[in-house]
Amino acid sequence: MNLPDPNQLIDALAEQIRPNLMPNTAMLGIHTGGVWVMEALAERLGGDIPCGVLDIAFYRDDFSRIGLHPQVKPSSIPFDVEGRNILLVDDVLYTGRTIRAAMNLVFDYGRPNRIRLAVLVDRGGRELPICAHYTGATLDLGQHICLVRDAEGRFDLVLKEEAK
Amino acid sequence: MSANLQLTEDGRLRHLLTLEGLPARILTQILDTAESFVSVGEREIKKVPLLRGKAVFNLFFENSTRTRTTFEIAAKRLSADVINLNIATSATNKGETLLDTVANLSAMQADMFVVRHASSGAPHLIARHVAPHISVVNAGDGRCAHPTQGLLDMYTIRHYKGGFHNLRVAIVGDVLHSRVARSQIHALSILGCPEIRVVAPKTLLPRDVESMGVHVHHKMETGVKDCDVIIMLRLQNERMQGALLPSAGEYYKFWGLTEDKLKLARPDAIVMHPGPMNRGVEIDSGVADGKHSVILPQVTFGIAVRMAVMSMVTGSNA
Repeated sequence: MNLPDPNQLIDALAEQIRPNLMPNTAMLGIHTGGVWVMEALAERLGGDIPCGVLDIAFYRDDFSRIGLHPQVKPSSIPFDVEGRNILLVDDVLYTGRTIRAAMNLVFDYGRPNRIRLAVLVDRGGRELPICAHYTGATLDLGQHICLVRDAEGRFDLVLKEEAK
Repeated sequence: MSANLQLTEDGRLRHLLTLEGLPARILTQILDTAESFVSVGEREIKKVPLLRGKAVFNLFFENSTRTRTTFEIAAKRLSADVINLNIATSATNKGETLLDTVANLSAMQADMFVVRHASSGAPHLIARHVAPHISVVNAGDGRCAHPTQGLLDMYTIRHYKGGFHNLRVAIVGDVLHSRVARSQIHALSILGCPEIRVVAPKTLLPRDVESMGVHVHHKMETGVKDCDVIIMLRLQNERMQGALLPSAGEYYKFWGLTEDKLKLARPDAIVMHPGPMNRGVEIDSGVADGKHSVILPQVTFGIAVRMAVMSMVTGSNA
């Protein structure tokens, strides 16, 4: 099947987000794809929106089943979360478990005023009551999809075999 | 000797007993993971939920303040329940064997044992006998190994020096009685440090020390010359049997790290010490508190390194 161009999806996402930006909005991208999308959004939205990076490895609900991810990256939130309007950014929304873990992580930094969620692709298959406020595309794939970035920083969406 | 006992069939860290024989990949993974735990320690809420519901037993058959405390903090920051056993007043003193003690604690649903013991090999013995879901972490056994100390030292070196491949590292002092030195030497050579020096009088060096791939120096002045890292060891008075040294004052004169001797090292050299320090015996007070000293950051990094080890061994049971 023909997959959409992620660069156009990011443009569309930025236009959805723009009217809802508030003076105290800050973005948090989830490793790794979410960070790329966040950086691309920050470029399009301008205005020096504070940005941070989340790695949810220490908050995953499947630690007792699969153990610790071998490549954990430090989370970095270079602003005060307390009272902020947080925009969580990820590349693909699937079961919702990553988002749950990310929210738990954010709350260990402080109590935000509000958290909203922006995703490049919603592929369905939710296992938790979580939905995105801003969505680039909704695709019914029944297959893993992921965002890749080449050496020049160009994005592409690729399908992957189901892992389990 | 126990590389297999320490790893699962698919190569994950199952127990941490010694650094000897571990692949560089595992050491690097521990250091990388610890980096993420350092950032957890800088937050307002310093806890993550990884080991929620797990019971970690601190089994210290030998005295320790820093190591036991940092293991306890590490376990608590991982949300584990920590049980500290005061062995001096426990059943071992009533004649219970080590393995019986461990079997009883296992019956209390232990998930991990952190073990310090005066006898070399005690943690290995426990690891060989525990149930498959229980992990053992060595917190120092006899003269054999102190792997988490070795790892936190590697973390500290990597943090300040960026890597190991161009480094000259001197380990100074009582190498003979030091399990810390042994773990440091193994770790440095696994991670590719090209020049590891041990600097000590003959009486404080093990006979086979050169077989570990180190350069031996019997003079402080040549030993620390042009070094990037100087690791001072504690003079272990309580382990001294027989007259290995004339006196503490004499020791300081020849082997103590003073400002003058430190000047022989690289201008950006770091000074490390595993603690507890004997000021005025192996290290001058001014050096211990000076701008080259990274002794207190070592302690802070130790928590993150122990969090990394505890979460990796627990995760390997998955």
